[in-house]
This record gives sequence, C-alpha cells and structure tokens, in this order.
Amino acid sequence: MATAEPWQTAEIPGPRKALVITKPEVAVAMVKRAKRPILIVGHKAAEVELEDKKLIDYMIELARKANISVVATAHMISEFLKRGYQPAGWMPAVDIGNRLADSEWKGLDGNGPYDLALFVGLPYYMEWTILSGLKHFAPNLKTITLDNVYQPNASWSFPNISIKDWMENLKVITEKVGGE
Amino acid sequence: MHLKIDELKTDVGLIKNIELSIGRIIEEAWAEPMGPTPFPSLTALREWDMKLLQRYKPFYMPFCDLCCLCTFGKCDLTGNKRGACGIDMAGQQSRIVLLACCIGAATHIGHARHLVEHLIEKFGRRHPIDIGGLNVKVEAPITRLVCGVKPETLGELEEVLDYTETQLTHLLSVTHTGQEGSNIDFESKVFQAGMVDQVGMEVADIAQIATYGFPKADPEAPLVDLGFGTINVEKPVILCIGHNVVPSVGIIEYMKENGFDGEIEVCGLCCTAHDITRYYNRGKIVGPISWQLRFIRSGVPDVIVLDEQCIRIDALYEAQKIKAPVIVASEKNCMGLPNRTNDSADAIVEDLVSGKIPGALILDPEKVGEVAVKVALKVTPLRKKFKVIPEVEEVIQRAKECKQCNDCRRACPQDLNIPEAMKAAGQGTLTKLVDLYDLCVGCGRCEHACPVSLPIHSFIVKAGEKKMKEETYKVRAGRGAIQDVEIRNVGSPIVLGEIPGVIAVVGCANYPKGGAEVSEICREFANRRYIVVTSGCAAMTAGMYKDEEGKTPYEAYTGEFAAGCLVNVGSCVANSHIAGAAIKIANIFAKRNLRANYEEIADYILNRVGAVGVAWGAYSQKAASIASGCWRLGVPVVVGPHGTKYRRMLLGRADHEENWYVYDARTGEKVYVGPTPEHLFYAAETKEEATVMIAKLCMRPNDTIKGRAIKLTHYIDLHKRLFGTMPEDIHLFVRTVGDIPITMKDEIVKILEEKKWKETVIPDPTLLPRLIRKMKE
Repeated sequence: MATAEPWQTAEIPGPRKALVITKPEVAVAMVKRAKRPILIVGHKAAEVELEDKKLIDYMIELARKANISVVATAHMISEFLKRGYQPAGWMPAVDIGNRLADSEWKGLDGNGPYDLALFVGLPYYMEWTILSGLKHFAPNLKTITLDNVYQPNASWSFPNISIKDWMENLKVITEKVGGE
Repeated sequence: MHLKIDELKTDVGLIKNIELSIGRIIEEAWAEPMGPTPFPSLTALREWDMKLLQRYKPFYMPFCDLCCLCTFGKCDLTGNKRGACGIDMAGQQSRIVLLACCIGAATHIGHARHLVEHLIEKFGRRHPIDIGGLNVKVEAPITRLVCGVKPETLGELEEVLDYTETQLTHLLSVTHTGQEGSNIDFESKVFQAGMVDQVGMEVADIAQIATYGFPKADPEAPLVDLGFGTINVEKPVILCIGHNVVPSVGIIEYMKENGFDGEIEVCGLCCTAHDITRYYNRGKIVGPISWQLRFIRSGVPDVIVLDEQCIRIDALYEAQKIKAPVIVASEKNCMGLPNRTNDSADAIVEDLVSGKIPGALILDPEKVGEVAVKVALKVTPLRKKFKVIPEVEEVIQRAKECKQCNDCRRACPQDLNIPEAMKAAGQGTLTKLVDLYDLCVGCGRCEHACPVSLPIHSFIVKAGEKKMKEETYKVRAGRGAIQDVEIRNVGSPIVLGEIPGVIAVVGCANYPKGGAEVSEICREFANRRYIVVTSGCAAMTAGMYKDEEGKTPYEAYTGEFAAGCLVNVGSCVANSHIAGAAIKIANIFAKRNLRANYEEIADYILNRVGAVGVAWGAYSQKAASIASGCWRLGVPVVVGPHGTKYRRMLLGRADHEENWYVYDARTGEKVYVGPTPEHLFYAAETKEEATVMIAKLCMRPNDTIKGRAIKLTHYIDLHKRLFGTMPEDIHLFVRTVGDIPITMKDEIVKILEEKKWKETVIPDPTLLPRLIRKMKE
C-alpha cells in the first residue's frame, strides 16, 4: 500500500492530515454526495500527459458527467476554450481560495456556498498552501485533490501514486461519476 | 556636543571635572511645514492601515499548523483553535509574518548602521549627502516622508537610524507571547516594519552613493559585465558574496594602490556584485544568488570573501572542496572561523595559502583587501582552478547508481523531474540534465536527499557547462535615485494614466520555471511603454537573456526613467529609490507636502500612481519586509507561486462593491471606482497570469479617460493573448464611455449592456475625509 507522505518531503503541516483515498470509488462517492461541488483546475492540467490525453481532458469529462462547476486558474481558461468547454469561471488560484474561505460567498452563480472543492493541477506547494488556508478557515467545506500526490491539507487525498495508477483512477472516476 | 573640562579657573572660583553634553543643534533651514506624523510611533498610522486592511483582507494559508515558540507548546492551532497563550491561527500567522518582516527590516537597518558608522569614520560626519547634484534636490524622500527630517550630512543619518532601531525593537517585542493578540493589529505592525525598512534601505544606499562615487542618478550608468562567461579564468579571481560592499571596496582599493588593477578579476554574486560594479566598472557580476554553488564548484574563484546576507551557509564547506581560502568580513557572519583581525596581514596570508586554516574572520576592510589580493596572487598557481564538477564520463557512470527513489525530486523546490534526467544520463544522454540547468535554482537540496550521495547539482552544472560558459551579458550598473527632472517629465503622464504604469521587477531568484520569465516580463512591459525598473537579483536575471539581435535588455532599452525604459537602480537597498520615485511623483509633480505626511502621500499613491512591484522569485524575509513597505505606501506587490509560503495574501474582493468607494475630494460624495487596484499582495500561479494581473493592477481611480483607455487596452490585449478570451470584469473598470478603447468599442459596449453597466464619474479620489475640500451638505 502506498504510504501517505507529503510529496514534498518536508511539507508536513501538523496533526490533522488528509484521509487517504485508497480507491477511486471513494472520490466518486464524495462527488455524488456533494450538493454543491466545484472543481478547481490549475495550469499543470494542460501539461500533464496521460497517454493519449491530457489531465485537462479528464477534468472536462468529469465536469460534464458530474455537472460540476469548473474554475480555471492561471491562464487555463484558454486551454478549456480550445477544447470547446466553457468553465463556470476563471480567476487566480489565491482568489478562488480566498472566496472559498468566505462562508458568506454565494458561489459563482450566486446560488449558495459550495460544500466540496476538488483541486487538481496546481503547483504542489501552491495547492498545499491554499488547501491549508481552507483546512483552517473553511470549516464547512470538504476538499479533495485529484492529483497523484498526497496533499496533507486536503480533507481527502490520493497517496503518492504512479502516473499509471493515477490514470486508471481518473478513468474509473470519470466512468462512474455520472451514473446514479 | 560633548565638553569635558578637568579644571576651570573663573572669577567665581575653581571648577573641577565638569562634563557637559548638549543635544544636536538643528539648524532649521527646511521651509516645508512639519506634517502630522514625524517619526511615527507604532500606532501613529494605524487608522490608515485599517483602511487598507478593510479593503485588502488577509487570506491566511498557514505553512505550519503549530506554534512552537514557548514551552507551553507545541500548540495545535488547526481550524483556528487557540493555543495555550490564547492566540488563534490568524493571530499566529500574522505574528509570523511580522517576525519575518522584523528579520528583513533588521537586516537592512543593521546593514545601514554598519555602513553609516564606517563611512563616518572614513569621510567624517559632515560629509554631504549628494546623490545626484542639482538633479536630485529631494535626496531622501522616504526619510523626509516618514521622519520629517531632511538629512544633509552623513552624521544626520544617525538620528534616522536611531528611530528605525527603536521601532524595530518595539516591533520585535510585539511578537513575544502574550503581547499583541489581534491579527489585524499584527498586520498594521507588519506595515510599520516595512515602512522603517524602507527608511533603513534609503539610508544605506544614499550613504554609499554619497561617499563611494557610485553613479549618481545617472541614466547612462555604464554597462558592466554580467555572467559566468565574462570572468577571465586565466587571472586570479576574487569572488565576493553578499550585500555589504565595504570589504569589496577594501579589495579594489588595495588592488589599485598596489598596481594589481587589471591583474586580478574581482567579481560578485548577489547584491554585493551590484555594488562592486557601481564602485568599479571593471568589476563583474557572476549572477544572482542561485549561482553560488555552481560558480564555487566550477573552481574559478581563488579566494572567496563573504560579507553579509543571502550567503549560502555552506559556502565555507564548498570553498574547502575547491581549496579556495575564505575570508569572512562581517560580525554577523563569522562562520566559526578564528578572528584574525589583529594579526598582521602577512601572517594571515601565510596561514590561508598554506592551508593551515580554511578561512579567517577579518573585521577590518582594508586588511581584508590586502589579505584577499595577496592570497589570490599566491594561491592561484597552487590550486590551478581545482574544481569539483565531474567529467561527463563520471556523470554517466555515477548516474547508473541512481535508484529512481524520487527523493531528489521530492526535495526539489521546483519539483524538477531529476529521476528522469538521471535515468537518461545513466544511459549516456545528458540532454534532460541540460534542460534542468535552466530551471534549477541551485539550492542543492537534491544532493542531501540522495540516499547514494550523488552530487546531483554538480551533474546538472556539468551538463549545462557549455551554456554556463556562454553566459556573457551586460547590465547597466545600478544608477541609484531617479532624478527630480525625470519625475517632472513623467509625473503627469503617470498620474493621468498615459504612461500605463511603473513596474518594479525586484527580489530574489526562487523562480518557479527559471529566470527567463523575469526577462520576458521586463521586455513585455518595456515594449508596451511602461516604465520598468529593476533591482537586486531580478535585475541580473533580467539581463541574462538576449534578443534576436543578440542584445541584452539593458542594451535594448533606455536607462532613463521614462516610458519604455529598463532602469536598474542597484542592489537590494536601492529598492528605496523605487518607492522614493513614487513619493517624489506626489511631491514634485503634484506638489503635495512631503514632510512627515505619510498618510496623505500613501493615499495619493494608492489612488493615482499606477505602480506595481513584482518579486517573481521572492524567497527571503527581506523580500517580505520590502513588500510590506510597498503595501503601506499603496503599491501592490505580485509574487510568484512560492510567495504563498509567506503565509498570507492581502486580497481585494472585486465582487464586494461596497469595498470600492472613495471620497471625491471636490464634493465629499462617495464614488464607486471599481477594484483599482484589486489586490495589495497576491501570488500568481504562472507568468501568464502575473502578466495580465500586473496590467490590471496598474489601473487607479484617478486615471483620466485617455489614461484608462490606454490601460484597458493593455489589460484586454494581454488577457486575449494569454487567456484566449475577453476579461470578464471589464465593466468594473469602465467609468464612462470615453474609457472604452476605441478599437474595441463595439465589442465592449455589448459586454457593458449585458452586465447592466452604469456610467459613473471620475472623482478626485481619496480615502481620507480630511482631504475633502467641500463637505457634502
């Protein structure tokens, strides 16, 4: 079994650490259970190649099937638009982090706060710090990272896993997330 | 004045052992009236800070969930729990930010104190502070603004430093357990630390400019050599690392006086290098802070002189590997070496050349000069540029030992795919290691993580050796201040928005994707006719990339503070001239009183001067304090993604309309001005994101219609190019139809209609009710 250690060896936050996702079905269940999920996609999603697809392609599939609002961070909006997908919004990663930490924020559509935030594709350390902000200051928000590295500040995280296992997990998630 | 009389016979009688001390006699020759906050105390500007913090609220991202500063701890503060002392997580994070800023400010202020003491000893207390002749009449804008004094001689700088040191002591005491408890008050004190830091930096730089013959606000400061490849390896090489130029001056002077000028290469790393070239235009800059390991291991330096700040702590250890003697020249950085200050130069030279001691502490800069030169001449033929960079064959052989355990990658701040490069190297292909050369920040953590002790950084350097040897660039020596006349020329177009902004690219070298991005940011904005200013390591990095014609940016762009320029002000402490320029715009162009008038000037800058600081590779506590000085002055700062490790951002909320009202000073009416500028401290994830945000942050409430149209043109153009679409928030920045860039009118009008945009007025903006000229009935 993969050990749940932070990908950056020294980035050990404190006593409360992310629960380890051992099976992709756990992430699927979390998404299905959420009333207001949001998916935050960082710039590395357009860089990471998973055989014939890129990470962003999996995320578009996931968002479509599960009907999740997407926020593109950095310059990722262009990558989504190139693929014919219109995200719910785009803003800097620290801005979406800041808004999610605000319990009064009604979301991109004004329909109320989110209860689950999925993160993927940010630089490891930046995702680490933003998830830390949410761990401490967004008590009503659950967070999951869909990256292949352990993020101790998320509520739920995969452990450090190989690209192959990651890809398999994403396939399962995108396959199962749309069904009843 | 101090008077001591052993015996005095007078008509009255005999007086013995009389001592009389009188405070400094101040000749009040400055006609400007004293403003409201001379030598401001910890709370004097608190109300201004609260205005800023109300709009730009902290977003904390704890880098550690615990507090371990007292023996009750460790305390777990997870989820904003309180610790044994009662502090909560927000308080703890802001406390750590304050601590970091105190460290940063203390570093500059300590540097300034050492310089001023040393220079008074050499040049006398009455030595005039001339940093630009008739071209710079406002020679110490920050000091005037903060302290309300106008120092004219070296001696008068002491009083200014007294103030900064007092403030710093109070600020540091605030971080003690059981002092301040409110995170917002900690943040206000962070601003105070940043403000006194700016004063300290200004004192340091004007003292050295006034005495050492540095370029004096010279737009045509000489182009000097930059890069590994500019160092003549046939000569003895003295390498100086750090920030305090005094020992380097000792070396250069000894060399000149004893006929060795031209015989020896004197070069530097980090800010000392800038100041060497400001003093001596044959001096050379090897590169930024991240070049330390690679240059030492190359074996090129024969003697290494360390002064203070940003020096690798293992520099002595690394120097021993290449058999290069080390001289440490600062009380702040003794490296465990014997203090040989009182020994004869020849005795120290003998011990260093023979290898009896690996290095020596010498606290006399003239003696440092003599010893460094003599050692360089004697040791060079003995050590024959002994290096520890392996040959290609060895890299390939040893790379086969790599276990592919990923520990190196997991230790790398940039998450570089070292295992993949090692695998390829083991198979005889170094190209992936060559690629890493451009991205590596030279921290060496990979080597310490490696379970089989592979010298990974040296492998990368070997692979990149050809590139390294071809690093031959030019950088304009740090020019110091901006001339008053330059401010007069650009003040109006900046304030009215016709020069779209002043971009200060500064700071350290912890770049997320290599240094090229820094150079690209500089070129992008210089080409767009922004004023681009650089300092410190970023100034060096900016110069290390040539255009198609083979020109480095400093050759391609003017050194005059004008639209489309690239101005290197100098070392870290020269950052003060950038803040100084913003202040001088308010003073010289807008004729606002400067003296002890901090709040009004900061209000002016926040609302009118489209200046943005960019510290793409910020790593240090000094960078933190420099940034905090900018925040209080109303200048937003953009950092790279590593900047989130500073633990908190100061972010505006464009979606909170109520946060973006200012007073119209003409009427007292409250007017919506949009999120201008949207953030005060913000970390960007990518260069593209930063570039768009920089353009956006240049917008200010006071922009004229023409100015706003120009700024919007750049923002929209960059957004379209880099994000592939129109910005979503244009309606927040258009105040009247006239603001709309003419070439995009149809497109934007349509968006405005969709957003139900309403026209508003352009106010005479201020956040300060006392500046309202006619109160609303």
